[in-house]
Amino acid sequence: MTLPQFGQGADPGPDFAALLRRQGNDPFPAPEAPQSPDTITHGTTCVAVRYIDGVVMAGDRRATAGNLISHRSIEKVFPADRHSAVAIAGAAGPAVEMVRLFQLQLEHYEKVEGSPLSLEGKANQLGQMLRSNLPAAMSGLAVVPIFAGYDLARETGRLFEYDITGGRYEESDYAATGSGSLHAETVIKVGYRRDMTADDAADLLAESLFQAADADAATGGADTLRGIYPIMVTINADGFTRLADADVADRFAEIAQRFSDNHREVTP
Amino acid sequence: MSMPFYVAPEQMMKDRADYARKGIARGRSLVAMAYEHGVFICAENPSATLHKVSEIYDRIAFAGVGKYNEFDQLRIAGVRHADLKGFTYSREDVEARSLANNYAQMLGQTFTHEMKPMEVEILVAEITDTPGEEQLFHILYDGTVMDERNIVVLGGDAEAIRERVASGFEAGMSAAAALELARGALAGDDRTLDDDDLEVAMLDRTKGRRTFVRIPDGELDGL
Repeated sequence: MTLPQFGQGADPGPDFAALLRRQGNDPFPAPEAPQSPDTITHGTTCVAVRYIDGVVMAGDRRATAGNLISHRSIEKVFPADRHSAVAIAGAAGPAVEMVRLFQLQLEHYEKVEGSPLSLEGKANQLGQMLRSNLPAAMSGLAVVPIFAGYDLARETGRLFEYDITGGRYEESDYAATGSGSLHAETVIKVGYRRDMTADDAADLLAESLFQAADADAATGGADTLRGIYPIMVTINADGFTRLADADVADRFAEIAQRFSDNHREVTP
Repeated sequence: MSMPFYVAPEQMMKDRADYARKGIARGRSLVAMAYEHGVFICAENPSATLHKVSEIYDRIAFAGVGKYNEFDQLRIAGVRHADLKGFTYSREDVEARSLANNYAQMLGQTFTHEMKPMEVEILVAEITDTPGEEQLFHILYDGTVMDERNIVVLGGDAEAIRERVASGFEAGMSAAAALELARGALAGDDRTLDDDDLEVAMLDRTKGRRTFVRIPDGELDGL
């Protein structure tokens, strides 16, 4: 590989995706024929909620292809940079690749320009990547992320939802995406309070994933047999932190116990 | 038809080298040295926004002296090279050695084929997890690459500054000691340099994936 050099009109600036295209590598190729959903691995449920100092985000670990479970420990919540995270649902292959490109785009911009993008700028970047992926999405490779971060300029946590066309919608309280999002979002809506601490918010998200997994076959809850637990992260002024598996396991054990106490079948 | 004057190739190269050296010597110098946690880089630079030292990749830093627009162009090409390579292959495949060779090619090409050589001298530094394995590639305006150990000085008056650094250098120095050594070496005997006159950055292997840390002038006391 040689040093990339460009003439005046062709310089991609700090845009990494444009740099890739100049090098003859289109990051978002559309498949030639529509893809059947049964053959593609899909990631399922991710949720995020704002709390007083920032945002908590969580995602289950299951990936499905049609009616089969294809992976039990896939990761769908990723750090985007020090102060933001992205969670994905949809076709797992393009989604993970999009996250990889998005992470690199933020880092590339920061290095070329010497200062990081604003949170708003990062959210718009992700929207543009989704728009580039639209032809692939129409062929069955849809990706639907949530973007969350701590806005250092406004000193608050912020949440963004997207659709497959790149539409970007800022949410003030909570967001959910993926097949179990209907159930998960209802749980969050009922339990949400503006004055939640990080601990309250993590409990609420754990409950939402538990209920989504209980009602949606494509969402995985806590897999106690294998010791696989949903990923939960917090983002605040100090940056991105992933909760320890043991912490997440405790939260799910408590919910499961309470659930079992109240719902176990009894013979009359 | 007019005949161009004949200029001997030796003379042409010498003229170009003199031109580049003069340009570089006009600017202020820069010191890089191995320290406790990696590589410590300190430049004499009164500007707080136009940087001479910057991040290329997880474990690689770039520093340049001479003409700002020229070494900044090299810096951006380096970031692009590293990010493209890391994306195409893997993050661990991005190495300072390959980048240094590419810079050497580019500078050598410009030196021999263009009207004007680049008036720059650059440093590509890389660290590993193990202390003592720091790599410092010093690249000159004509594409000459030198793989130096522990200390590199770029810019005018490099010999004298290098001697002053070498006389106080110890393996495994703290960042604070490295700062004082660099400050004294850059200043020389007959002047002093304040925090505002310095630009300080480090490759610090304790900082996780991205090891490059820039220390703002106001925080130099806290080292």
